[in-house]
Amino acid sequence: MSVTAITPDYETHIEFRDAEKNFHGNRVVYVHWEQHLSFCSAIAFPLPPAMPFGAFVEEVIKPHYSAHPDAAHVDWSKVVWMIDGEKKTPDFSKSLEDNGLHHKSLVRFWTPGFEGYKGSAS
Amino acid sequence: MSVKKLGLKQRYAHMTRGLDWETTYQPMDKVFPYDSFEGIKIKDWSAWEDPFRLTMDSYWKFQAEKERKLYAVIDAFAQNNGQTGITDGRYANVLKLFLTGISPEEYQAHRGFAFAGRHLRGVGPRVAAQMQSLDELRHIQTQIHTISHYNKYFDGIGEFPHMHDRVWYLSVPKSFFDDARSAGPFEFMIAIGFAFEYVLTNLLFVPFMSGAAYNGDMSTVTFGFSAQSDESRHMTLGIEVIKFLLEQHPDNLPIVQKWVDKWFWRGHRVLGLVAMMMDYMLPKPVMSWKEAWQIYYTEAGGALFQDLARYGLRPPKYADIATAEAEHISHQNWAIFYQYTHAAAFHTWAPDAKHMDWLSEKYPNTFDKYYRPRWEMWNQMAKEGKRFYNMALPQLCQCCQIPMGYTEPGDPTTICFRSSQYKGETYHFCSDGCKDIFDAEPEKFVQSWLPVHQIFQGNCGGATIPDVLNYYRLANGADNMDYVGSPDEKLWNEWQADKLKTAV
Ligand SMILES: [Fe+2]
Ligand SMILES: [Fe+2]
Ligand SMILES: [Zn+2]
Repeated sequence: MSVTAITPDYETHIEFRDAEKNFHGNRVVYVHWEQHLSFCSAIAFPLPPAMPFGAFVEEVIKPHYSAHPDAAHVDWSKVVWMIDGEKKTPDFSKSLEDNGLHHKSLVRFWTPGFEGYKGSAS
Repeated sequence: MSVKKLGLKQRYAHMTRGLDWETTYQPMDKVFPYDSFEGIKIKDWSAWEDPFRLTMDSYWKFQAEKERKLYAVIDAFAQNNGQTGITDGRYANVLKLFLTGISPEEYQAHRGFAFAGRHLRGVGPRVAAQMQSLDELRHIQTQIHTISHYNKYFDGIGEFPHMHDRVWYLSVPKSFFDDARSAGPFEFMIAIGFAFEYVLTNLLFVPFMSGAAYNGDMSTVTFGFSAQSDESRHMTLGIEVIKFLLEQHPDNLPIVQKWVDKWFWRGHRVLGLVAMMMDYMLPKPVMSWKEAWQIYYTEAGGALFQDLARYGLRPPKYADIATAEAEHISHQNWAIFYQYTHAAAFHTWAPDAKHMDWLSEKYPNTFDKYYRPRWEMWNQMAKEGKRFYNMALPQLCQCCQIPMGYTEPGDPTTICFRSSQYKGETYHFCSDGCKDIFDAEPEKFVQSWLPVHQIFQGNCGGATIPDVLNYYRLANGADNMDYVGSPDEKLWNEWQADKLKTAV
């Protein structure tokens, strides 16, 4: 135990507050559109692990980024993906789980040719 | 028979140290169970130098005098409708941020110092901590009284204690104090007494109080004066406590250093709220955050750590990163609130052209290149009737609980992502500073109540924005959204129209 506590059994009282079982069958997935910092940070969603990656793109990613003027012009076949620090080519027909997403995975993506408003990464 | 009057020094000794005793019914270790588990070694409690020789009776007299002056000004402010004399209706949002985000921490400081004032074995620090505990209670009380006048006119003020416990961004200062208060008494004293009250306090109070002075808020200015002599006592206590611990035993140094590193970083993150207040929220700005950081941290902190170097203490880890971030955090933080304005308990606005020029002048290295385009894009969108909102919830840092909107050191175009694995689960952090804090005590921080995850788990009133705002007691359409179009703005404009009429 590395925590400095007065109670020697501190560890037995811990509540792992964000354990996967607390999300009613969903997993938390974070997604971030690189070079588009008008979205201030990655955004978070509770999603079923069986959701196809394609549905994740169509129903979650696209609508939530649609406010940006670049959004309508993105060629989704050219997007560069990174899942938990590794460059990957996700299979859109397979589930999030089969694409290697676990609870609290981070999905970052780059849209070549689109570097934010006037190229400012905004 | 004449009663012999005691000298000040004697009186002080009797009224403080003279009141202490060695317990006999119970062993001292049982009476003071909290002052050893942190590993701090004290050889001689009596070596504590009492930094201010104040007895309880003179403390009461002194504070009562200050209260009388303060309440006279508050009354006069109310009678003269001082609220109509502030620079702009937008200024009220500074007070909302203060009352929801800072005042409840005065109360937490009160609780924390009461704990330290009970559990430190030495009578000197115990008396000092008890007095500070009372000061902090007085601070929240006088802040509530000062700002309650604005509550008669402006939205977003009345539910501040409820909001503090629930609203997503208020979990930032709340969790900061929860962390300190759930530590041992020595860590608390270093966290709040030294790191916050000594190293960083000027970055909190000077901006708010001079902001008030520049913007016609004389009641808050008077509160500031009334707290000033308390604050100088708190600073003296903070510096005394660190010197005492370092002088008592060489084994204390690595423990104290770890706390200084941790609490500097945590304090820096919380102060990001002050940074955006200074740079974006004051209708009449005082100075930029970057300038304040230069004066109050780089210069004053630099001299302080030079002085403490003789104990082997070095400046806080990541102080260089914090200094580099002074170019960015206010812009990044205000952008967070601008896009989540629907979930904020104060109003937001985009800077106008004149204010952007001020920011360009204050931030020649960063504003035009990285942040002006963002505001220009958003202003353009607003003009076209497409005001920019972020309709998803942000990823939060497991440690500081702020949306992970800070960028890589040296690369303002890329978000800084850090993570750790602990017992099979991933935890995310906004910075190396926050990651280090988690890695040192993961058992503590896996328990963080992260507002976004709590919403997903169904613990915040429901899944929709109105559900969550209800749970926050945040009045939709009044407390939140842009200043322009708000009931606050409508009222302010009426006051201005009245003034014109009376002038004619
Ligand atoms: Fe205070
Ligand atoms: Fe204080
Ligand atoms: Zn953080």
